Amino acid sequence: MEPRQIIRNYILENFLFVDDPSAIADDDSFLEKGIIDSVGALEITVFLEQCFGFSVKEEEMLPSNLDSVNNLVAFIAKKQKGAERALPISTTTAALVAG
Amino acid sequence: MPYPSAQRPLRLLQDSLQRTAQTFPDKIAIISGVDRISYGQLWQRSVQMANALKSRGVRRGDRVAIYLDNTWQCAVSVFGSLLADAAFVLINPQTKSDKLAYILSDSAARVLIAESALLRCVQPALAQLESTPYLLVAGPVPAGTQAESLKTAWASASDTPPQPANIALDLASLIYTSGSTGDPKGVMHTHQSMRFALESLVEYLEITYQDRIICVLPLSFDYGLYQLLMAVHTGAALVIERSFAYSAQIFNLLESEKITVFPGVPTVYAMLLAGDEKSPLRFPHVRKVTNTAAALPASFNQRLQKIFPNAALYRMYGLTECKRVCYLDPTLIDQKPESVGKAIPGTETLLLNDQGLPVAPGEPGKLYVRGPHVMLGYWQQPDKTDHMLHPGPTLGEKMLCTQDYFTADEDGCLYFVGRSDNIIKSRGEKVSPTEVEAVLYSLPGVREATVLGVPDAILGQAIQAIISLTEGADLDETKIRKFCAQRLENHMVPSHILLMPDLPKSANGKIDNKALAAMLAN
Repeated sequence: MEPRQIIRNYILENFLFVDDPSAIADDDSFLEKGIIDSVGALEITVFLEQCFGFSVKEEEMLPSNLDSVNNLVAFIAKKQKGAERALPISTTTAALVAG
Repeated sequence: MPYPSAQRPLRLLQDSLQRTAQTFPDKIAIISGVDRISYGQLWQRSVQMANALKSRGVRRGDRVAIYLDNTWQCAVSVFGSLLADAAFVLINPQTKSDKLAYILSDSAARVLIAESALLRCVQPALAQLESTPYLLVAGPVPAGTQAESLKTAWASASDTPPQPANIALDLASLIYTSGSTGDPKGVMHTHQSMRFALESLVEYLEITYQDRIICVLPLSFDYGLYQLLMAVHTGAALVIERSFAYSAQIFNLLESEKITVFPGVPTVYAMLLAGDEKSPLRFPHVRKVTNTAAALPASFNQRLQKIFPNAALYRMYGLTECKRVCYLDPTLIDQKPESVGKAIPGTETLLLNDQGLPVAPGEPGKLYVRGPHVMLGYWQQPDKTDHMLHPGPTLGEKMLCTQDYFTADEDGCLYFVGRSDNIIKSRGEKVSPTEVEAVLYSLPGVREATVLGVPDAILGQAIQAIISLTEGADLDETKIRKFCAQRLENHMVPSHILLMPDLPKSANGKIDNKALAAMLAN
């Protein structure tokens, strides 16, 4: 499943408790729409860490990373790209050679 | 020589705003997102709000309900209501339709000022009411909505301050709070009780016009509201944020806005400490860190002092019914790390046994509070009022029985022991098990339901529901949580749901919560 779909399902099931996908637009602010509160943001980061296997740093707890489906999707992409870059040189070189 | 006080005494809550706006018209009052509002602007907008409310039918003594996020518009609505001789009723923006309808109906609000993004909860609430309040909306008004935007209302309103008719004994605010028995109750505070509490807080916290206060707590919560009142009273700057959700943003603000006062509840501090463990946090500008709403674990004291190396840490205790009861002098924190200290200036506490006699040091007693900060009572609830307000030592005086047990040491410093009722404290907010159980019982298929608080590292207490179902009921944990989330504020929705074939009963046939608590603890 695409990250966008995973995130949408997670928010719908755990915060909105509905199956209707139109209940949330991809650019709706979770805070402004009253979807999450302070503890909710923490739950989202735990979910990201478990589901996508990266850790969310304290300085990344920002609305620009976490406060909408779109922001979350962009944040996941950025983190995954960062993880790729962090791969050991040999693997990267091997991939380049193979490519 | 003329008597030096040419200055008029401050009697009404809004008199602080008028004085500060005259003293510091250009000083920043509120920073809210990208908006920076000066005291002059806050006063002018509040006057326009008052005139707009009056021309829309608000009369002296009416209630104005405010269902807004933490924004400067919310502050303007508070002071606008007061300037219109009305009492304001702040409603938590997480409140769902049914409870919103209850509060609007119970308070008989004349006007409702609501956030545009919250109209999806407002419309179903209004549909339940026999007489609906006039609806003013902050933000865009969708086509076909019977409402007026705040902007339009202000644009046509006069800039001339209305003449106040209220005196200090008049109602300033109703603050709805959860009780141990069912529906929320409106705590009645007068201008006098709120002014007194405000000035006592400013005195012992030593707030000045140079302070910069951050408020991440909802203004609908009295601890949040008084951050606004303290700022306005002294001319300090208030940075208001919707919540502590995005902690890095709050940490950035602490630095960029050079915040000096940080008020929080134990859940906020637990999140702060968790963040500090990931990467160390230091906020050297902060001078005062305050905690109330629920007991701060003593183990937090030293760790918080590391994060705020130049701050005094205030451990406090209070309840909406008198705003604040006591605080520990920050210089005593190492000596008495668990204490919440002594009565706030100008007030007195008593620890009494069941016979109404003072208890000896170390003996638990019920905590009573005397002072001008005690509420007038619960709105239209004389029986519930009598449960909390008892005759005091002076003839005719009412003192507040907190219904909480404390001990005091030889110096008179107080230590929280426990509650005499079954109220749960989660995220610093009171949760009535009865209110949650009432929602659970309204769900078809639920046969028995009981709600308990269970220990939780972040929340203080988490809400645990234990439920048995009728035969053939098609319910599971997700369906039950969904039902609750549509009817209760987030902090009241059970975090844990346990389904059992039958709930254990005590000898008299009641659900045995003690046995359940013991079972869950194992």
